[in-house]
Amino acid sequence: MSLIQIAWRNFCHRSLSSALTTLSLALGVGLVVLVLSISGIVSEAFTRNASVGYNLVVGPKGSALQLTLNSVYYLSQPIENLPFTEYMEFFGQDERAEMVREYGGDPALGERDGIYAGYMAGGYAIPLALGDYYGEFRVVGTTPEFFEKLRHGPDVDEPFSFSEGRALQEFSAENGYFEAVLGSRVASEMGKHAGEEFFPTHGDPEGEGHGQGFKIVGILDPTGTPNDRAAFVNLEGFYLLDNHAKPLKGDEIIEDPADWKQRDPEHKPLVIPQREVTSILIRNGNLMFAPGMQNTINEGLQSQAAAPVGEIAKLMSAIVGPLLKALLAITLITCVVAAVGVLVAIYNSMNDRRRDIAVMRALGARRETVTVIILAESLIIALIGGVLGWFLAHFAIWSSSGYIEAQTGVRVSLFTTSTYEIAVLPLVIALALFAGFLPAWSAYRTDVGSNLSA
Amino acid sequence: MSNVDTTLRISDLTKTFDQPGGGRLTVLDVPQFEIATGEQVALIGESGGGKTTLLHLIAGLLVPDSGSIRVAGTELTRLSEQGRDRFRASTIGYVFQTFNLLPAFTALENVRLGMTFGHGHTDSGRARDLLDRVGLSDRAHYRPSQLSVGQQQRVAIARSLAGRPRLLLCDEPTANVDPVSAENVLDLIRTSCNEENIAMLMVTHSMHVAERFSRIDNLNEINRAFANSQ
Repeated sequence: MSLIQIAWRNFCHRSLSSALTTLSLALGVGLVVLVLSISGIVSEAFTRNASVGYNLVVGPKGSALQLTLNSVYYLSQPIENLPFTEYMEFFGQDERAEMVREYGGDPALGERDGIYAGYMAGGYAIPLALGDYYGEFRVVGTTPEFFEKLRHGPDVDEPFSFSEGRALQEFSAENGYFEAVLGSRVASEMGKHAGEEFFPTHGDPEGEGHGQGFKIVGILDPTGTPNDRAAFVNLEGFYLLDNHAKPLKGDEIIEDPADWKQRDPEHKPLVIPQREVTSILIRNGNLMFAPGMQNTINEGLQSQAAAPVGEIAKLMSAIVGPLLKALLAITLITCVVAAVGVLVAIYNSMNDRRRDIAVMRALGARRETVTVIILAESLIIALIGGVLGWFLAHFAIWSSSGYIEAQTGVRVSLFTTSTYEIAVLPLVIALALFAGFLPAWSAYRTDVGSNLSA
Repeated sequence: MSNVDTTLRISDLTKTFDQPGGGRLTVLDVPQFEIATGEQVALIGESGGGKTTLLHLIAGLLVPDSGSIRVAGTELTRLSEQGRDRFRASTIGYVFQTFNLLPAFTALENVRLGMTFGHGHTDSGRARDLLDRVGLSDRAHYRPSQLSVGQQQRVAIARSLAGRPRLLLCDEPTANVDPVSAENVLDLIRTSCNEENIAMLMVTHSMHVAERFSRIDNLNEINRAFANSQ
């Protein structure tokens, strides 16, 4: 019989005591793994979603973190809005002239390149207009480019796919300017399908309805990003909602849009001075230009450019990092408490086992052999407790995966592990072995003669 | 008697213990004691006379203050503790008064444990043969708590023989069993030792048991420490 087999039989023989000790260790490990997993999920929720294809977010002057939170995560409130002309600064002369022609505005805007156009180098600028809600979910006014250009997934290379329908269009003969695409979570929670209509509310989830509905033309497949929790509407339709037009001062030079009645004679697009964007998602065609562009924008008076990955890294190091350290400290203490439990349980059992140890010694077992047997028992408790605790924690997380995904956009499976979690089992085994040394030392010192005669 | 024919040879053996009030108490002072190969000896004596201490010294569980203990040609007093453990596992069998079966293990596993610590491997075939020899082949997978007192003692005997010992030490193995079982146990031990030519030293209080042996030694007479205390 191997020493592990002997230890295992001892473990089984004191089944109740062994089970309770193991359970207490499992609960400790489970707590540790749960804490680490949750912190891992929080970290991942922020970091993975900070990168969805674009490298900069441009918005009004103010907090770069707030800009990132409301434009990338659809959290917090928008800082303010930018005039549409700021968005136009990312385009060349021809595209700007086309915007003036299509929407109406000062013809001079189309007579020069945008200030930042030179940095774009074949990249893209996608406008976002925030402020409305559908239930508790954010309504995001944007252009069809959002669905064509942005990517998601672990390698940020997966295009959006649709469980129902298609991407919205800037204008369609069927729905005019009022097309919408719902994120997967929005559709499932609101019970909506392609072909149905929804009505955004203004300003907050319980705000006044606009009275203008959007036809849902597509439902996104789950992406595990905040986009699952957003209702996307066509930016042109968003502009046409009540109270979404910026009031004109009266001194603007405006050339009316050409041929707008041919599209929809009932809805005249807002002219450029009436238009605003909340933020602009930027992807430089050549990332070498990104720092220069960011500096140029930030040196200006109107807007700021923030790198979402950098902002989230700052948030993580400022808030989440220390929190994680505190959690790790608690983790360590929990492991130590669990290990002390193992020590107490085994040590208490030593009084009942001195005779057994003396018998083994009389049968020829060396002191080192009985010591190893006791340590092996600690190892068995640590292994079973560690693995059981790991499974308990992951089962709990897996059971809550729907809720976690709804709240964070992070999809978790039964075997999703965090970085620090890998170290838990070796740590618990090391601590349990360490805890086993005291009873093992007691076994080592057991006096054979007196215990055989007892 | 030559070394070849002698399994146990003790000479000038003394053992003392600390006394609670200070000083040391000499428990054993044995000038000479021998057992020939295959010989079976009953050792009688008063309670507290040092019988169990003598067995522990011969088994290498205790170290003498002075003197020599030679078992199967090996001088025990020159061995380290590890050496004595190894030697005990491979050369000496031990049957206890209270059987001392390990409760976590089945009868078969208890017998196999008798080999584990000696050779590092177990011979399941021999373990089963021994259980068969003591009439417990059908109880191989019973735990000690599921066996009668007599059955437990028979398992203990099988365990003591598992390592093919040269010397079997028995510490009142019949004291805790009924008279019929005691006869059976005694027969079993003696027969097994005869079959494998094992020298045996059996400590007993029972003259009835002792009279079954051709050689009966009284420790009170061998042990000068006892004589001096009278």
